[in-house]
Amino acid sequence: MKTKLVPISVAGIALAACAVLLTGQQPQISGLITGGEQPKIAVPDFRGAGDAQKLMNGFNTTLWDELAGSGILKMVAKSLYPLDVPQQPSDFKPPSPPPAPLRGRVPATPPQPVRNGPWLTDWSGPPASANFLAFGYTAVQEGRLALFGWLYNVGQPDPATAQVIGKVYYGTPDAAGAKKVAREFAADILQQFGAQSLAGTKIYFVSDRSGAKEIWSMDYDGSNQRQLTSYKSTSSMPAVSSDGKLFAFTTYPGGSNPRIMIHSVETGKRLPFYNPVSSVVETPEFTPDGKQILFATSIDGWVQICIAGADGSGMRRISNVRAIEVSPKVNPKTGAEMVFISGRGGAQQLWHMNLDGADLGLLTTGEGDVANPSWRPDGQMIAFAWTRGYEVGGFNIFLMDIAKRVPIQLTHGTGRNENPWWAPDGNHIVFSSKRGTVTQIYTMLADGTNVQQLTTQGNNIQPVWAKGIN
Amino acid sequence: MKRMRINQRTLVAAVFAVALLVLAAGCKKKVAVAPPPPPPPAPNAPTEVKTPPAAKPAAPRIDAFTAEPASIERGQAATLRWSVANATDISLDQNLGAVQANGTRQVFPSNTTTYTLIARGTGGMDMRAATVAVIAPPPPKPAAPKISGADMLGREGQDAFFDYDKSDVRDDARQTLTRNADLLKRIFAQDPGFSVVLEGHCDERGSAEYNLGLGDRRATAAKDFLVQLGVPADRIRTISYGKERPVCTDTTEDCYQRNRRAHLAPAQ
Repeated sequence: MKTKLVPISVAGIALAACAVLLTGQQPQISGLITGGEQPKIAVPDFRGAGDAQKLMNGFNTTLWDELAGSGILKMVAKSLYPLDVPQQPSDFKPPSPPPAPLRGRVPATPPQPVRNGPWLTDWSGPPASANFLAFGYTAVQEGRLALFGWLYNVGQPDPATAQVIGKVYYGTPDAAGAKKVAREFAADILQQFGAQSLAGTKIYFVSDRSGAKEIWSMDYDGSNQRQLTSYKSTSSMPAVSSDGKLFAFTTYPGGSNPRIMIHSVETGKRLPFYNPVSSVVETPEFTPDGKQILFATSIDGWVQICIAGADGSGMRRISNVRAIEVSPKVNPKTGAEMVFISGRGGAQQLWHMNLDGADLGLLTTGEGDVANPSWRPDGQMIAFAWTRGYEVGGFNIFLMDIAKRVPIQLTHGTGRNENPWWAPDGNHIVFSSKRGTVTQIYTMLADGTNVQQLTTQGNNIQPVWAKGIN
Repeated sequence: MKRMRINQRTLVAAVFAVALLVLAAGCKKKVAVAPPPPPPPAPNAPTEVKTPPAAKPAAPRIDAFTAEPASIERGQAATLRWSVANATDISLDQNLGAVQANGTRQVFPSNTTTYTLIARGTGGMDMRAATVAVIAPPPPKPAAPKISGADMLGREGQDAFFDYDKSDVRDDARQTLTRNADLLKRIFAQDPGFSVVLEGHCDERGSAEYNLGLGDRRATAAKDFLVQLGVPADRIRTISYGKERPVCTDTTEDCYQRNRRAHLAPAQ
């Protein structure tokens, strides 16, 4: 019954992105996310049977936001929908053939089929002109909230071949349950279009709301904000292992010099890590295989990039230059190359080199200051903060294809924008922005649109979007 | 019955009182009537009284003998001052010996002491005493509190300032650090157990990650300068706070400059 969709592939997205980057004329990169044509989806409000109806406002909002926020679908405005909305497949009624023209008369207009109820062409034709329709209903049965959800390709001639998804989802009969089933349904829909669901992913970040900078985590939409450390010693610069099981950070334990600590996500307990004897140890980074950790540490008066085993043993120096070098970030695909911030040319800029120190190169132009590089999960693109074109300290978020090295600016001076981090889906970016006197965490699509604020309490910085371990 | 007896007793007492009054009146009258005879005329004065002997010498006379101040604390001095006339032999006791007719003498008694000045002459002798009271001194003043190294550092230590994204020691920072070096040498000489933390700080504009490295550079550069001037390296620990501990949060160059600093603090 399920029909696999192939209109939009990841390859197509990448090709479109490359085309935009090659020309270097388009400042926007909507092509990166959407490809040339976004599938148009109609999502009428679902209704609930009996007690379920009071949960439907939250359900419909969540479903719409999840699909709209993905950046890969064009949402058809609800004002364009037909009045007769199906709630289950049996509601579709094929129209009857047009009546035979009366003898001796030529009709002014061609004969029209006779409507018998909702039909696919109600949605595929104007004014909705949708490619897909999500519909269904909810009901409370046996103490659970049940969502009956369908996705139809309304371009098909017959409901029998139009069904893409037809599934029942269960949740608790409350607002949380309604949100859960909406998210799961949205995730299944997005998966059909090659998008990875962000449900279950975690954003680690630094917050000072408890009175000291500590490491916190939250769900990708800002819910479930939770404090993970309580050292009261300026803990910052979190990093998370690729399996989502460990997080590392920099802190001043007991007022001593800055050191790296590693915690288990599951137990919350601190794991052994041997810091080098140095005045500074900072910016930890796990290698993709989780077997090694890169960091920056002061050697002979200059902070340099080093690599060591997961427990800090066997430390080896990678860079060797009289310049400050921080924020090593390893390509998540290859595990063999990294980007980092170096002052070796004078200003702090974005550089790349292999983990063995070879193939050194400057990625940015030498203008302004660069900070906070983050790899897209495909290892093709970097997001980073740059002051190019702005005053000192006026950071904005930029992207760069690592092969083409053409910077694309995503934010444009609305506050001080820093700490970009790619979402696991490769379509979203989380970042921090100081707008006014406080700094908060926001997400956006990788074309700079659909900005959503996730935090409100205290100052919140340095988000890291990671895999969950549930 | 009882009342009658009282009346009788009262009556007897009254009669007796009247008799006494009569007797007393009789005595007074007697004295006034018989005055004593006038004293007899003085007999003739002897001859030696009428003519005083010219050869007899004048008696020694101490005109003044004082102790100033009259009270002292132990260890302080008092001054004896005297003036004597007609004496040939003048001395002070308390083993002070012979003195001139007019003079002063400082004395340092450890207890309250009475000094006696004796003046002898052919005409006799005179003596007078003066006392110097020695009062117990108050307990010794507490020693002036020794200024701690931390206080000296807080009072005299100065921040060395840097340019944006630089750790070079500027001319003004050289002067500041030279003064700090002298201060540290004085503090270390006075307090051998004292050591300092040299903090490197940055303004808020760079990234947190890079600034931690930059603060480390600034602290290291400032320490190297101090060590060149002879400050012992093992008494200085460096630490970078990046932009975590600003002294001000204004978005002005003045504030940025105040935050781009190397700061000396006592080690904990």
